[in-house]
Amino acid sequence: MSVVMLSVAACVSSPGGGASASCALSVGSLYEPQNLDNAGGGGQGAAEALAGNVYEALFRLTEAGAVEKSLASEYTVSPDGLTYTFALRQGVRFHSGTPMTSADVRHSLRRILAGTSTSSRKNSLDMIKSVDAPDDHTVVVRLSSRSISLIYNLSQVWIVNHTLADPKTAEDGTGPYRLASWKRGATLTMERFGGYWGASPKCGQVTFRYYTEAAALNNALLSGAVDVVTSVQSPDALAPFSDTSAFRITEGTSTTKLLLAFNCRRAPFDKPLVRRAVSAAIDDAKLLRSIWGDRGMVIGSMVPPADPWYEDLSGKNAYDVEAAKRMLAEAGYPGGFPMTLDTPQYDPHPTIAEFVKSELAKVGITVTINIISADEWYSRIFQHHDFAATLQEHVNDRDIRYYGDPGFYWGYDNPEVSDLIRRSESAKTTREQTELLRRANHEIVEDAASDWLYLNPQIVVASARVTGYAANAVQAQFPVYGIDKR
Amino acid sequence: MAAYLVRRAILLALSLAVSSVALFVLLRVLPGDPANALLDMGATPAQAAAARHELGTDLPPAQQFGGWLRDLARLDLGRSLVSSLPVASEIAGRLHVTVPLTVLAFLLAVLIAVPTGFLVALRRGTWYGTLLAGVSQLGLAVPVFWVGMLLVTVFALRLRWLPAGGFPAEDWAAPAAALTSLLLPVVTIALVMSASLTRYVHSAALDVLDSDYLRTARALGAPLRAALLRHGLRNAAAPVVPILAIELASTFLGAVVVENVFALPGLGSMLVRAFAQHDYPVIQGVLTLSTAAVLTIGFVADTAQRLIDPRLRRTATGTSA
Repeated sequence: MSVVMLSVAACVSSPGGGASASCALSVGSLYEPQNLDNAGGGGQGAAEALAGNVYEALFRLTEAGAVEKSLASEYTVSPDGLTYTFALRQGVRFHSGTPMTSADVRHSLRRILAGTSTSSRKNSLDMIKSVDAPDDHTVVVRLSSRSISLIYNLSQVWIVNHTLADPKTAEDGTGPYRLASWKRGATLTMERFGGYWGASPKCGQVTFRYYTEAAALNNALLSGAVDVVTSVQSPDALAPFSDTSAFRITEGTSTTKLLLAFNCRRAPFDKPLVRRAVSAAIDDAKLLRSIWGDRGMVIGSMVPPADPWYEDLSGKNAYDVEAAKRMLAEAGYPGGFPMTLDTPQYDPHPTIAEFVKSELAKVGITVTINIISADEWYSRIFQHHDFAATLQEHVNDRDIRYYGDPGFYWGYDNPEVSDLIRRSESAKTTREQTELLRRANHEIVEDAASDWLYLNPQIVVASARVTGYAANAVQAQFPVYGIDKR
Repeated sequence: MAAYLVRRAILLALSLAVSSVALFVLLRVLPGDPANALLDMGATPAQAAAARHELGTDLPPAQQFGGWLRDLARLDLGRSLVSSLPVASEIAGRLHVTVPLTVLAFLLAVLIAVPTGFLVALRRGTWYGTLLAGVSQLGLAVPVFWVGMLLVTVFALRLRWLPAGGFPAEDWAAPAAALTSLLLPVVTIALVMSASLTRYVHSAALDVLDSDYLRTARALGAPLRAALLRHGLRNAAAPVVPILAIELASTFLGAVVVENVFALPGLGSMLVRAFAQHDYPVIQGVLTLSTAAVLTIGFVADTAQRLIDPRLRRTATGTSA
């Protein structure tokens, strides 16, 4: 009964709503948050619904990928690059009503760095030595080594009220919307926050509706139950939306790369020549066409166009069956070899595995496809490195840095690359950083550390009545404050 | 009857205890790590270890079992390892969907199957008796998701009479919206369920129609309808009731396919997700509850069968007294 009572209270609309308080937006998604905390396993769904909408950070990423000041109004860096002093924006309130101060920022940063944090940013913020709050509106961060990505990484650190007991089950952020109700398995509703420091959002109420089947999500958009779908996972799903007077389809940039990852610790994939042979034996363009039609792109490396150090390297290790055979012979495998390909059970991995199997058969490599669950992938492959080769989607931005870590699951160990990546992080300018990472990327591609099959497209489908949504997927977030509905 | 009730209640409690312990052991024996659901590509081995420690899944199983028993003694089902929310309130929220969905679908299926089953039996040999039998045969062969998708295409996408799926955020505080969103799923389950039920009712009705007592009643001058209502229904009900119980029990969790097609936040989809994430407290909570529900339904069905058929009552009291 208590659940009913809660949701009754939750559906009372927010006081102080502006002109379009009646605008109620409905967003359809396949990614329900696991919980509300992006530092505690909230997952892709928490980032999608809450980042920028409910929670804000010191900095924000624009749709174009640039970093802007948000809760920080100013910052200075010491000449040695080791001390950052942030001035906080004044007059910012949490949804609970208390003003945001340096104590909250300090708490939010320490939360990420804590031993119990499951945040994926913990690693990239490891150089933070101390966080101090000399007065209510100043935060001083000291580093043990230079970090050119610090500001970028801080855009992912949500500022949470330090008095909030459990951020997994409740929120207290500073964003333009506050969480009204979360009916697990169905809907997450947010409403305009009257005390917001910035421009008031267009729609008074936004409801994220969650689906487990893409077909059900499509039906919801077709029948008008949702106004916009955050990301379409298959081109087949687009056919019903070809009526351009009713629907709009946008294709933006994505950071989701589909990899055939080798275990570089183990024969035969410890030999770069073998990895290059496998890469050359697979026709990436044909694979992309069969999965995504004319969408998405072959980029030939881990770096997508959204990263500043992007270069089109699709010409390296390009499709060439004869060259692949020659390289295999040179590496000591003239007749090929048998291999097991660990394949996550969810789409599109099994389809890709079949394609890879038939391509590699042409050069004598016999592939055994082993279908596994996400859980097994994470335990056996990611944590225990017990595999030969695997397929996996890598969704993170700026994740070339994983090739600099020999302890990462694929075990790529090239001291030169590790050094370039380490130096790029302590670079003094972004130009220097970009230059170093480009060099590292060339090395990684030269070694065929993995086979980067293709980059997913980012497709948003919306009712023609809706405007102002982002076409690009920036760190999985889906900002709704700029969306308007006629 | 009182002795019978007490005996059944003790049996129910024992079965529940045994099944929960078996479940606890099975879940720990199966491979899988709940911490994985909380981690992503950026996580280090140290973070994985910290997550396991935080969840308590790094403790020896005996110690975990002790903690679980202590909680259970306080009627506390624990908290989800993934969402951190109390399992009991999570389940309660899902029951708002699952209970009405199951009960309404079941009632509708009975409303369809009983008259149809009798009609097919009475009209055997005529063309529409054969037609009805054929339709129910067809219903057995059609998968439930297909019926669901067909209904969505016609009533939600073409005619736009009903929503294609979802459940209102306001829950039952918006009763009309909640009911309309359950309508298509209820009809979907009821159609498929009534197909098999019709066949059982049909064969029970045939037995009754061919029985000596009905012939005697008619010979004594009772019209067929009166004879059927007075003697037939009750006799036909006896073999059908246990079947009804099984159908009701299987709908309770078996509705997961329909829940996915209609994006309903029911118990079935919750269980599937919890299994994928190895969310032990949630799995344990849902399965313990459904075991209790299934056992209770079985108990009610047995009791109902005894009330319908006095012969069962006589043998049971005879042996237990």
